[in-house]
Amino acid sequence: MIRLVALVTLFWNLALPGSAQHIVADLSQSRVAITASFSGSDIVVFGAVRPEPGSIVEDPTMPVAAPLDVIVAVSGPRERVTVRKKDRRAGIWVNAEALDVDAAPTFYKVATSGPLDKILNESDDSRHRISIDHAIRSVGGAEQVGDTTPFIDALVRIRMEDGLYGIEENGVYLTEQTLFRSDIALPANLVEGEYTTRIFLTREGKVVAEYARALDVRKVGIERWIYTLAQEQALLYGLLSLAIAIIAGWGASAAFKYARGQS
Amino acid sequence: MQIYLPIAEVSVNAFLLLGLGGLVGILSGMFGVGGGFLMTPLLFFIGIPPAVAVATEANQIVASSFSGMLAHWRRKTVDIRMGAVLQIGGLIGAAFGVVLFNFLKSLGQVDLLIKLSYVIFLGIVGGLMFVESLGALRRANSKEPVKPPVRRQRNWVHTWPLKMRFRTSGLYISVIPPILVGMAVGVLAAIMGVGGGFIMVPAMIYILGMPTKVVVGTSLFQIILVTAFTTLLHATTNHTVDMALAVLLLIGGVVGAQIGTQIGTKLKAEQLRVLLAGLVLLVCGKLAADLLIQPAELYSLGTEGGHS
Repeated sequence: MIRLVALVTLFWNLALPGSAQHIVADLSQSRVAITASFSGSDIVVFGAVRPEPGSIVEDPTMPVAAPLDVIVAVSGPRERVTVRKKDRRAGIWVNAEALDVDAAPTFYKVATSGPLDKILNESDDSRHRISIDHAIRSVGGAEQVGDTTPFIDALVRIRMEDGLYGIEENGVYLTEQTLFRSDIALPANLVEGEYTTRIFLTREGKVVAEYARALDVRKVGIERWIYTLAQEQALLYGLLSLAIAIIAGWGASAAFKYARGQS
Repeated sequence: MQIYLPIAEVSVNAFLLLGLGGLVGILSGMFGVGGGFLMTPLLFFIGIPPAVAVATEANQIVASSFSGMLAHWRRKTVDIRMGAVLQIGGLIGAAFGVVLFNFLKSLGQVDLLIKLSYVIFLGIVGGLMFVESLGALRRANSKEPVKPPVRRQRNWVHTWPLKMRFRTSGLYISVIPPILVGMAVGVLAAIMGVGGGFIMVPAMIYILGMPTKVVVGTSLFQIILVTAFTTLLHATTNHTVDMALAVLLLIGGVVGAQIGTQIGTKLKAEQLRVLLAGLVLLVCGKLAADLLIQPAELYSLGTEGGHS
């Protein structure tokens, strides 16, 4: 059903002359390298809105079209998350209820050229999973905790405090209804993986064009080396960690002995 | 200076980690405790994921304990034989502890049980030790010319069979009590996920009647073995040992352990015990407060790893 609606919408948009637009965009970098000194980064998403080739541009007989808006959403890899709630039992605060969220992005930031509830309607939001609440997928949670809303809200709140989730209304600069640009801040506690950058063009609350671009976040250098060794040569890695510990312990002891011997 | 940790996947201040390592290292050298029971909450606090904190800290403790033990070794205050006997008991206890842990887990609410047993155990051990050592300290101060009363060398522990001579400790006792002590600590260590030094040290002083000076070195000796084993276990099964985090913590830790040992030799045995008792009570109070006071954030997140 949803697919059919999407198809109809698509044809509807194509059939309407003058309203057909598409997005040309790029990122300031297609990969983010996490080095030992990585302390966060900024990526710039920029591009332009172009009329579809062949469509009528600035037809004076057409009524003036409603203004366009741009939404940029950057998402990290999705993973399972358990949200636990503490409750007071016999005077003691303990973990009571828990909700398993099927898939929540490790990172999710949205930037828009206007107030989100004005430029995007609810049905297109849920279809394209644009706002933070829609980016989190939780099925069958009601059986676990009854009402899942406070748990999802807590997940979003905690991740927002960590700088991992965020929404910045008016964070996209749209000039002359054509050129747009947005700075997305990547925090220092970034998890590696395949990130996606999606750009949506909306008009009167409807998504009229969409564009997606991959963003590769990878550890490099010594970070990569340590991580790979820990995953693939676990025993060797463990022994190496112990060797470092023993050598450091002996080294400090010897150094202090030497220092005392001198004085 | 911010540094990105490859396994923990967070960025933290390197100097903060050096400082934390140093602080816990000093305690380790002074009291013969690994410091795991202090380091875990500190690492959680600065945002290290719990699984990584617990595993990495075991690795760090190997370093600071080794550094501290070498200092004691030179002073001949490590009872290898006693350490080995305790270790045998410890391994049996740890194996039993893992079984018990899984049984409790099947019943649910294992977290609560761990925390409650922590609070009760720390409270009792810390309280008793504080009262006893304060009394000893007062006696030592009031009767300065008189030699402080010799610790009771004979109690029920010394009447059991299978006697063995522990030369460094100056004891000739049955091997059964040390094995039992080792087992008890092993069980607790497996359930609570710590080296168990803070339980082992009072047990050695009060149950086995070992001299305080020997206790610290011997405790460190046995902690090295336990935590080395734990590190390997975490590294091979969970891949949660963060080498970069460990290195930063242990640089601080090994230096701190040396300083701690120095401080330890300048203090009287009674003073050392009072301070350790105070520390144990402090941690106990913190844990009790966590259970009784309403937390600011009622919700917490747990990721099961594995990106999809």
